Amino acid sequence: MIGVLAPAAHAALASSAAHAALAAAAPAGAIKAPSIEYGQLSPMLVVFGAAVAGVLVEAFAPRQVRRAVHLVLALGSLAAAFVLTIVVAAMHSLYANGSPGHVAAMGAVAVDRPTLFIQGTVVVLAFVSVLLIGDTSNSPFAAQAAATPGSPEEQESLAAGIMHTEIFPLTLFAVGGMMLFPASNDLLTMFVALEVLSLPLYLLCGLARRRRLVSHEAAVKYFLLGSFSSALFLFGIAMLYGFSGSVRLSAIAAAATSNTSNATLLFTGIALTGVGLLFKIGAVPFQGWKPDVYQGAPTPVTALMASCTVVSAFGALLRVFYVAFGNLTWDWRPAMWVVAVLTMVAGAVIAVTQTDVKRLLAYSSIAHAGFVLTAVIAVSPAGLSSSLFYLASYGFTTVGAFAVITLVRDPGGEAGHLSRWAGLGRRSPLVAGIFALFLLAFAGIPLTSGFTGKFAVFQAAIASGETALVIVGVLSSAIAAFFYVRVIVLMFFSDPIPDGPVVVVPSIFTGTAVGFGVVATLVLGIVPQPVLSLASHAANQLFVG
Amino acid sequence: MNGFPWLTVAGALPLLGAIVIALVPGLPADSAETDRRARNALAKYLALGFSLLTLVAVIIIAVKFEVGGPNFQFTENYSWIPAFGVHYALGVDGIALVLIAMTAVLMPVVILASWYDADGVLGAPPAPDLPAAASAATPRPRHSVKTYFALMMTLETMMIGVFAATDVFLFYVFFEAMLIPMYFMIGSYGTGKRQYAAVKFLLYSLLGGLLMLVAIIALYVYSARSGVTGHHGTFLFSQLIHVPLSPAVQKWLFLGFFIAFAIKAPLWPFHTWLPDAAAAAPPGAAVLLVGVLDKVGTFGMLRYCFELFPSGAKYFTPLVITLAVIGIIYGAIVAIGQQSMKRLIAYTSVSHFGFIALGIFVMTTQGVSGATFYMVNHGFATGALFLLAGFLIARRGTDRIADYGGVQKVAPLLAGLFLISGLAMLSLPGLSTFVSEFLVLLGTFSRYKLPAIIATAGIILAAIYVLWMYQRTMNGPVREQVAGMKDLRPRELLAVVPLVVLLIGAGVYPQPVLDIINPAVKVTMAQVHTTDPKPAHPAGNTTVAQKGTAP
Repeated sequence: MIGVLAPAAHAALASSAAHAALAAAAPAGAIKAPSIEYGQLSPMLVVFGAAVAGVLVEAFAPRQVRRAVHLVLALGSLAAAFVLTIVVAAMHSLYANGSPGHVAAMGAVAVDRPTLFIQGTVVVLAFVSVLLIGDTSNSPFAAQAAATPGSPEEQESLAAGIMHTEIFPLTLFAVGGMMLFPASNDLLTMFVALEVLSLPLYLLCGLARRRRLVSHEAAVKYFLLGSFSSALFLFGIAMLYGFSGSVRLSAIAAAATSNTSNATLLFTGIALTGVGLLFKIGAVPFQGWKPDVYQGAPTPVTALMASCTVVSAFGALLRVFYVAFGNLTWDWRPAMWVVAVLTMVAGAVIAVTQTDVKRLLAYSSIAHAGFVLTAVIAVSPAGLSSSLFYLASYGFTTVGAFAVITLVRDPGGEAGHLSRWAGLGRRSPLVAGIFALFLLAFAGIPLTSGFTGKFAVFQAAIASGETALVIVGVLSSAIAAFFYVRVIVLMFFSDPIPDGPVVVVPSIFTGTAVGFGVVATLVLGIVPQPVLSLASHAANQLFVG
Repeated sequence: MNGFPWLTVAGALPLLGAIVIALVPGLPADSAETDRRARNALAKYLALGFSLLTLVAVIIIAVKFEVGGPNFQFTENYSWIPAFGVHYALGVDGIALVLIAMTAVLMPVVILASWYDADGVLGAPPAPDLPAAASAATPRPRHSVKTYFALMMTLETMMIGVFAATDVFLFYVFFEAMLIPMYFMIGSYGTGKRQYAAVKFLLYSLLGGLLMLVAIIALYVYSARSGVTGHHGTFLFSQLIHVPLSPAVQKWLFLGFFIAFAIKAPLWPFHTWLPDAAAAAPPGAAVLLVGVLDKVGTFGMLRYCFELFPSGAKYFTPLVITLAVIGIIYGAIVAIGQQSMKRLIAYTSVSHFGFIALGIFVMTTQGVSGATFYMVNHGFATGALFLLAGFLIARRGTDRIADYGGVQKVAPLLAGLFLISGLAMLSLPGLSTFVSEFLVLLGTFSRYKLPAIIATAGIILAAIYVLWMYQRTMNGPVREQVAGMKDLRPRELLAVVPLVVLLIGAGVYPQPVLDIINPAVKVTMAQVHTTDPKPAHPAGNTTVAQKGTAP
């Protein structure tokens, strides 16, 4: 019960902030009595509720059963949230009542089809990531994050089998924030969501059991840079509020067309909020944190960040730029164009020199963010639907790839260095074959989901006349293919190194996560039509204002 | 022509074979060598069986193919990805049919010939005094044998699919997906600089393919704008040829497609990956690479570059002809200088692909028919030569030409077949390659005299590289290391003799093949001509050209 109330209170808080903003701009009579549409917000409420309940479990449940309770709670709530998302989506036409969309919680949250698609994707990807997080056979998490690495306390806590079970509620909070982030209909709610999703991730990054200092460094880096970008985002909100007198996206859009004075405020606002959002997706030149954080964080957390956070942040980026700045495409397109080109090229080129598999995937994730940006720049229903499809297909492949990385182990933890992967194809053909499949999907080889996604975004971009951007895109794809192929060469064509890494037999959890990735990669490559039509159905109604 | 989906069956049989082979359970590493051999043999017989079944299906298609019937026959059309307007659409015209038939014939031959390629067991056990040298030169890959044959069968599905696809998207899917099995065959089972060669092959082809992808998407967008199929775009070849494109657009799109095909074919100066890949690949894979995969490039030029972008093709004709002629001479001269047998054969292919591209781009019926026939003949002739070189290498453990000598005295059958295949390479009259090369040159001469004259010099150079290689390897005193060499075994004979028989048979009586090819060529030519009338020729050649294009 408490669990349900808390997020409601939180949402009310956010909406009251929006109220104040609205009250300043609109006549007081336009505001109805506060009402919260619990039914439509239920997917988020369930996840937030489970997160709060998780905190209570942490306090009251005995240690032996704690992990099991957490796991059931987390997986159950995510599954329930997915079902509720489908229910809300199915009933959406009723809420929308013929209008292009629907807002809930006094205009603070938008419930529209693109958002529901993104939320559904985030929930499923989070479910798979939680499977990885919950895998205790050889857990990647520190027993006690506060203990100095190598100290007697750490040895003791390891021996005692202590585990930071807080990771489950933290994850759920982050996931809840990720669901709210793309759904936020005003910038203050969006900022709150950004913080709710970021803060738990900062913590989770620092919890790696092995290579603790790298993990701590990652957490500190992510925290400092993340706070910095949040501050910029907030500053941008202030500018936009100063320009339009509202934080609501549709009000900003309206002001942008009617109000021709104060263009400086508007453009500074666009730039600063844009920086905050581009930071989260890791677009160049705001990508600096990504390799370090992806490498240092425990791999299941990296999987969560690389899939769910990216999907959610793209959702928010699409909403802000399509709804609030949708009439200003001529102004932001050139800047976004440059960012997209830099992101694709730099991501692909720098990845070529990487020697750590997680850093490699971090740079590959940067390059992929650039590919999605080409569709964002298209500013069309096709651009929106293709980004949605790309994000979903990329997310599954990424989770699967990180799941495979958790399986390849050295005595001191995961075998991160690429040279350790030499000859893996001879030792464990199945695991290496699956990883090769994921790499080929990243490279965009036909009959994998990566090709369908790439085809969709490039098609949207060309249809909008961005052929030059697409040519840069395919050239970076070719460069990117080089380093994916290089890993395959290492795994299959090189001789195994003596005392190479061991491939552990996956537990049911990790096995399921890998299975999800393989099935999604193949199905979205060979019979993509159902998901494509879902995405285009979601996108034929653009975001609600 | 709707009815039993023969093309799908022919395409699916090898894939089914690949799955069955992959499901053959492996044996633990410590199991007895004889058990493992038996298990490997099972995979090989399965591959052979399925490839023969595929051949039967293809023969049925060829027999049921109505010469003079509709241009595309055995058509199938199902919606695959409606969101993109993509169809699973298959169909063959005469050109595609002969290439599919070539693929289906080469496949069992290659499987027979590469029986021991994957398990690192040499075709003939090396003579007792040689083991060190031989085993050092031929590393024994410890990869699974069944994977090799499963990859090969997967490749056959894609090769049939790429020729049979009549949807541009589907074509692209096969065109790109085809690279992956070949990549693994070179990288895992090759010799020498196999990693480098495999990566170079893949990246070169991917780069070309990605540029083509841009052109394909642009074509789709233009088809949507033109309203040929309502508001939705299309990838169906039959509809795309009706999409009106401005000359400027045609030029760009032509380049997008052409570069991909020129890399694939490979045309000078995009050829550098081929010698590396062919030299590193196991002989069987090299045959498929040069014999079939590269044909997709020239096939694509003919089918897609011509019919979709006729005026673009015309605009670039002088450039392509120049590249083709340079390729003919350059490939032949570089081939003469090679010290490695496999690289030599690879360079001769660069020269031959120059001939094929020349025949296609002169845009006369004789030239195009000749080029199409050339594609088939080249598949058989180069295939036979590559396989025989492979047998030699398996016996001796090196592909340096200088390490051989006098083979003819110890292995007369091998040397004899090697000679016939070599003579086919230099287009000796009586062999089918002569017919095709003659047609290409005739077609060229009727429109472009100088390129025809220069290209004819390629035949002389071909005589040098073939006969000189034969002289250095087969004639002369028997070298010490060659002395114990065994002649061809029945399995090897069974693989190569059908190819030689086809070369001789089609050389003496090429008419049936040309009858299948010609109507399709005429349709292609008509498509090129409808949008842009043929340029005027010098009066003296008009008769030849008209004779060629008259229906």
